[in-house]
Amino acid sequence: MGLLDKHGVIERNATLLLVAGLVTVSIGGIVEIAPLFYLENTIEKVEGMRPYSPLELAGRNIYIREGCYNCHSQMIRPFRDEVERYGHYSLAAESMYDHPFQWGSKRTGPDLARVGDRYSNEWHVQHLKDPQSVVPESVMPSYSFLADADLGFDNVKDHLVANQRVGVPYTEEMIENAEADLKAQADPDADWDGLEARYPKVVLGDFDGDPARLTEMDALVAYMQMLGTLVDFSSYDAQANYR
Amino acid sequence: MRNLGWTILLAIGAVLSLLAAGFAQDVLFQTHAWVVFFALALGTIFVLRKVDFAGNAAPVDKSGYFDDPIRAGVILTTFWGVVGFLVGVVVALQLAFPQLNIEPYLNFGRLRPLHTSAVIFAFGGTALITSSFYVVQRTTSARLLSDGLAQFVFWGYQLFILMAASGYVLGITQGREYAEPEWYVDIWITIVWVGYLILFLGTLFKRKEPHIYVANWFYLAFIFTIAMLHVVNNLAMPVSPFSMKSYSAFAGVQDALTQWWYGHNAVGFFLTAGFLGMMYYFMPKQAERPVYSYRLSIIHFWSLIFMYIWAGPHHLHYTALPDWAQTLGMVFSVMLWMPSWGGMINGLMTLSGAWDKLRTDPIIRMMVIAVAFYGMSTFEGPMMSIKAVNGLSHYTDWTIGHVHSGALGWVGMISFGMVYFLVPRLWGRERLYSLRMVNWHFWLATLGIVVYAAVMWVSGITQGLMWREYDAEGFLVYSFAETVAALKPYFILRAVGGAMYLVGGLVMAYNVYMTIKGKTRNEKPIAVAHVATAQPAE
Repeated sequence: MGLLDKHGVIERNATLLLVAGLVTVSIGGIVEIAPLFYLENTIEKVEGMRPYSPLELAGRNIYIREGCYNCHSQMIRPFRDEVERYGHYSLAAESMYDHPFQWGSKRTGPDLARVGDRYSNEWHVQHLKDPQSVVPESVMPSYSFLADADLGFDNVKDHLVANQRVGVPYTEEMIENAEADLKAQADPDADWDGLEARYPKVVLGDFDGDPARLTEMDALVAYMQMLGTLVDFSSYDAQANYR
Repeated sequence: MRNLGWTILLAIGAVLSLLAAGFAQDVLFQTHAWVVFFALALGTIFVLRKVDFAGNAAPVDKSGYFDDPIRAGVILTTFWGVVGFLVGVVVALQLAFPQLNIEPYLNFGRLRPLHTSAVIFAFGGTALITSSFYVVQRTTSARLLSDGLAQFVFWGYQLFILMAASGYVLGITQGREYAEPEWYVDIWITIVWVGYLILFLGTLFKRKEPHIYVANWFYLAFIFTIAMLHVVNNLAMPVSPFSMKSYSAFAGVQDALTQWWYGHNAVGFFLTAGFLGMMYYFMPKQAERPVYSYRLSIIHFWSLIFMYIWAGPHHLHYTALPDWAQTLGMVFSVMLWMPSWGGMINGLMTLSGAWDKLRTDPIIRMMVIAVAFYGMSTFEGPMMSIKAVNGLSHYTDWTIGHVHSGALGWVGMISFGMVYFLVPRLWGRERLYSLRMVNWHFWLATLGIVVYAAVMWVSGITQGLMWREYDAEGFLVYSFAETVAALKPYFILRAVGGAMYLVGGLVMAYNVYMTIKGKTRNEKPIAVAHVATAQPAE
């Protein structure tokens, strides 16, 4: 065991121990993480993906703030039961604008990756206010305060700019119109043409049952209603993206 | 004018947080700034009262070891342990009885990070910093590099805990598991951590022993690896310098792997390497035996720190992460079993020739069960990282049970052993207030973990199987809501297991308190009467 006897050199030199240790712990991370930034199947673009509208982004921030990821995943695995229960398995591209990702690690509640368009706005509002009133077995807490909280998102432009800086392709036009778009999406009387052109498939209209106010409930439901709806799987070609 | 520098520093910090509150762009940032302001203002007043303006205090004797932060650390380790376990019982009950959620501040989604961080970073982190200060001094025969830096690292870390905890309840989070604190808290802990590295390394540099003892290898690896993981995983773009919100530098798949590279190695280096350092000092000390094998410790150290880093992708099996990365993560996770058990064997075999102490010394019993649980959870972990097993276990309570057998069994028990070892020595007491209460703590905690882990196995496997249950016609048998309803009895039982562990923690807190007060309980010694009845005939 000649090699092990030489270990004494490292044991007598703290700098050597530090450097050798740092090199040892760096290797695995570099080998595994670095390729993800250039490999085709992790940076592929899929038809339909777009940045979040300002109201959706506000809703996503509320989703994060309330720690929804502690109980809900947003990542459907390619298993028969999951695909049947939740829909097409999740693609890498579907979270390409997610800073941070919200795949989650626990399903105390069901997966939400494709919850958009599955229930009505009224159902979501009722469920968030009193989950057990629509799902008696549920162990979800009540989030009725969201309906009473005005959406404080005055610096929405700054939020879009911050996203742009980390690589989300928000255009100058999107940033310019951010505040107007934020208000228009949940306002039934607004002119929606520009908003729809900027954010295709955006879900429009009052979400929380109170058209006069823009609340946190509006934002969260707007976010929920678009989850998993952007990619059209009737025309998606999985073979083209085979990994 | 001792303490004057600290007063000024704290006052400047208080003024800065007041300014941050004034310029805040969002309400949450403002509230958080106020919390920090009040904490620092109270700290300023506290330290100001200790300033020696007359300058007539005796100069500090710097010839011995510096144990002030270690004494504070032992008390705070006990305190944060009880807090973490208590919040754990609360969130467990919330899952069984959702009416116990109090919106918005005390909803499960905000309390769960409070629980995980209180146990990992407040209890575990304080235990690590405290024990590393003690161990590095005793094994190098040198005083810590600098008293001031040691106080800064220790109390700076406590400020980090306060900021993180108050942030969670307010709803300030990055939404990354075990890395929830927002960008400005991350910057603060980075500063503290660099101080910690300098302090630890500096103390190694001025050591009076030629060799660096094995416990210090593990502490050092824990410190620098956590620094690397923390900095990379928390790279983010703040919305503004006066907003609490930031957006992660990475997105989607890249973000997911960066996070679990961090997350798994928070387990590997925070909860494993650091606590192995603890094991390598306190077990031989308490057993009064040398470490079993020097060569095994070399092999196990280098292979452990090399392999752990690769294991992160097993948190992302069957996700949109490329298959090759998942498989690589699985292979390394399975290989990791060996160095982990190398550590376990080295710990357990240290008792060779001293196994009789298990009967008479509840502290060594605590350390042994810690290492036993380490062995069990480092077997269970590689098994769960196998993709076929993970397909069933992932997203279920099985994972939660696994984490707890590691956190309660290994991290908790070895820390309790450390606390019981240190308290009499640091306060100059002949012995603990009560060894019989240590025994009570041991059994409460052990049975609590067994209940918890067993219940979570049943719960997790039940749920996993129900999700994938098909009937003869090819339809899914259960709706999601039905699987939730099926778990209710297990959720209640789990809270019972957690409550037993909490009561054990309270027993320890009382024992520590009475020991510090200098009391000893009048009690029968443990089991000595049973030994050595059969003597060989002459």
